[in-house]
Amino acid sequence: MKVGVLALQGAVAEHIRSIEQAGATGVSVKRVEQLDELDGLIIPGGESTTIGKLMRKYDFIDAVRSFSAQGKPIFGTCAGLIVLAERIEGQDEAHLELMDMTVARNAFGRQRESFETDLPVQGIDEPIRAVFIRAPLITQVGPEVEVLSTFNGEIVTARQGHLLAASYHPELTDDVRLHEYFLDMIKDSAVVER
Amino acid sequence: MMETGTSRVKRGMAEMQKGGVIMDVMNAEQARIAEAAGAVAVMALERVPSDIRAAGGVARMADPTIFEEVVKTVSIPVMAKARIGHYVEAKVLEALGADYIDESEVLTPADEVFHINKKEFTIPFVCGAKDLGEALRRVGEGASMLRTKGEPGTGNIVEAVRHLRLINSQIRKVQNLSKDELYAEAKNLGVSYDLLLDVHETGKLPVVNFAAGGVATPSDAALMMHLGADGVFVGSGIFKSDNPERFARAIVEATTHYTDYKLIAEVSKNLGTPMKGIEISKLSASERMQDRGW
Repeated sequence: MKVGVLALQGAVAEHIRSIEQAGATGVSVKRVEQLDELDGLIIPGGESTTIGKLMRKYDFIDAVRSFSAQGKPIFGTCAGLIVLAERIEGQDEAHLELMDMTVARNAFGRQRESFETDLPVQGIDEPIRAVFIRAPLITQVGPEVEVLSTFNGEIVTARQGHLLAASYHPELTDDVRLHEYFLDMIKDSAVVER
Repeated sequence: MMETGTSRVKRGMAEMQKGGVIMDVMNAEQARIAEAAGAVAVMALERVPSDIRAAGGVARMADPTIFEEVVKTVSIPVMAKARIGHYVEAKVLEALGADYIDESEVLTPADEVFHINKKEFTIPFVCGAKDLGEALRRVGEGASMLRTKGEPGTGNIVEAVRHLRLINSQIRKVQNLSKDELYAEAKNLGVSYDLLLDVHETGKLPVVNFAAGGVATPSDAALMMHLGADGVFVGSGIFKSDNPERFARAIVEATTHYTDYKLIAEVSKNLGTPMKGIEISKLSASERMQDRGW
């Protein structure tokens, strides 16, 4: 199984390490042609404005949309979650507009308000250590979206079919259970394809 | 339990900046240009390094209104500089809500012996280094990110190259030492054994390392990435060039695609005149910013 990590900017190496620890091959993706060889794609944390701009510049918007249309799973963490969202609070334009949700950027405040905490996630037995860095929140979801975890009553992990989004950074810990969860989504999507 | 200001939260912030360009800005308008060009963060300051050189005198933390104006303008992280060893300037910046503090040799040092104990802060610090010893001493004091010093405000990449190459070769040397040799090397470098052991085992610095000091063209930025930098800081290089918008965009793209030489050629076309550079040998010893800090 080959999982790409969009490598325009952000925590790419950490996701590749987590993917490999979870038992799949991780690939750094800089060009749209590389999408063809992948079973799944991770959009990492970083600066969503920067990642969004570079995705437009290098034609990743349509390419990732058609990747998604083939039913291939996509996992967005932090900035990646913002990139996946259909709506961004306070902005007219969103990026991929794939997941039926509204997100608020920097919802917890500035860097001094960044934190880590133990977070229970549906589908994973014990809580995971979640690292929130200038993190976004999911403020509203459509009927297709399944809420997998909340923090102080606000949505921080969600899934819509083959799309997975987390406000925090599972790649900054040694716990790869969320990456394993994503690999299971890829296995399931391959079964459906057949 | 919810914990703020942990080492993971502070270092994680720097991880998210990787592959990106951090730009010096002096006002809201420049901040807007930097964000539009795809900067991952901006550094709010009163004068870019080349102006600090020209102005002379004591360079201090910027007027907080500049920081606040920039914060209001952009949604990307905003950094600010405090003088080396100036605990109070750093606390003021933390109180203002700076996302990152640069304890910077570009400003006139406030303390000639001690750097700030950065572990006492909730927000992360970036510090300059010209060699492995300096880099690990800063990490020991709690820096969450490093940058090579280069020679700021000169538009001359040679010192940034020298510092990054030196750090790389020192890391290779440490990797090849046996464990019992590490104690003596820790003493030679003036660093803790534990941090040196970490470098020995991982073959890299414990925190993200950007290049800084002299980046003036897209090729300069790509060269630093080629040498192993995790990203670049551009100070005077953008707003002292002919066409800041184009230089800013081109440097971001060259940093992302630093091995795509055709692309770097494309983005380098018709940029106009880069900032005027300074030959390092023309600088007197007192004008060399890289020698501040130790």
